[in-house]
Amino acid sequence: PFKRFVEIGRVALVNYGEDYGRLVVIVDVIDQNRALVDAPDMVRCQMNFKRLTLTDITIKIKRIPKKKTLIEAMEAADVKNKWENSSWGRKLIVQKRRAALTDFDRFKLMLAKIKRAGLVRQELAQLKKQTAT
Amino acid sequence: MAPKTPKVSRNPDLIRGVGKHSRSKMYHKRGLWAIKAKNGGVFPRHDKKPAEPAVAAKPPKFYPADDVKKPLLNKRKPKPTKLRASITPGTVLIILAGRFKGKRVVFLKQLASGLLLVTGPFKINGVPLRRVNQSYVIATSTKVDLCGVNVEKFDDKYFAKQVEKKKKKGEEGFFEGENEEKNVLPQEKKDDQKTVDASLIKSIEAVPDLKTYLAARFSLKAGMKPHELVF
Repeated sequence: PFKRFVEIGRVALVNYGEDYGRLVVIVDVIDQNRALVDAPDMVRCQMNFKRLTLTDITIKIKRIPKKKTLIEAMEAADVKNKWENSSWGRKLIVQKRRAALTDFDRFKLMLAKIKRAGLVRQELAQLKKQTAT
Repeated sequence: MAPKTPKVSRNPDLIRGVGKHSRSKMYHKRGLWAIKAKNGGVFPRHDKKPAEPAVAAKPPKFYPADDVKKPLLNKRKPKPTKLRASITPGTVLIILAGRFKGKRVVFLKQLASGLLLVTGPFKINGVPLRRVNQSYVIATSTKVDLCGVNVEKFDDKYFAKQVEKKKKKGEEGFFEGENEEKNVLPQEKKDDQKTVDASLIKSIEAVPDLKTYLAARFSLKAGMKPHELVF
């Protein structure tokens, strides 16, 4: 039933608080509720498990590695690319992109959608005509 | 007058209230001896000019029964309206109220009254050279290149209402109804619009889709949350 476990090296996404949206690595478990958590661009800190959502990615590290070792391990496991190519990671990137659209961008997007819908409808009409005959 | 230099004291403070130099030293420092010498051993006298006799005021027509209070003096000078940092010349603005609500419009400059001078351009969306208040406007991050557009001649007086000459009160005036002359836009205002828009439209057409963007009105659709939208 459970596939993703809290373990040292498990990559998690922060879903609440200041670091919302950041990918972090669990480097130690403090007690039943809290984990020591680290990422290349932040100071190592503790977080409640409720703030973390586990991902499928794990990296090979020993308990509480030094920052340098952590970064090397993340490079070796290629966390960044794995995340950005996963469907979850791609969804988040699209969400961010959509939220940052300016009014002009939204207008251009609307024009593009209308154009695409028009082409699709054209194709459909042609196909319908073919099957009708 | 020569530009006034701020008064600097030649007597530095030892502590607050106690100067470094004595009275006699200061007399020497300030050069009062030189002024006296220049003036023959005495300080120069500046006699009062003979005052012109004050004009006799006419006795007032009306004395109020009770004392009339003078209103308190108000020396307040209103500050010039601060322009939002997001609004720079060439920014596309969205007008939120009035007959042009929803129209996307190009910002030209801020006038002395604080209002923003704005143009459609007229050929694109029907908004002429117009003044608009900063509070009724959303600034987008889209900018149009304004080189070649000269807006020096426009100020608040340009937009003042034309004052009609007072007609003599007469019976025929009331029966004739409104004057025949309607508010026709003078030709020079139309020409001003054309000159300002000419170079603007060229820079607008350089950007793909910008012309249709300015021609379309803005509206909130389902699911759009204004506080989350990036403009």
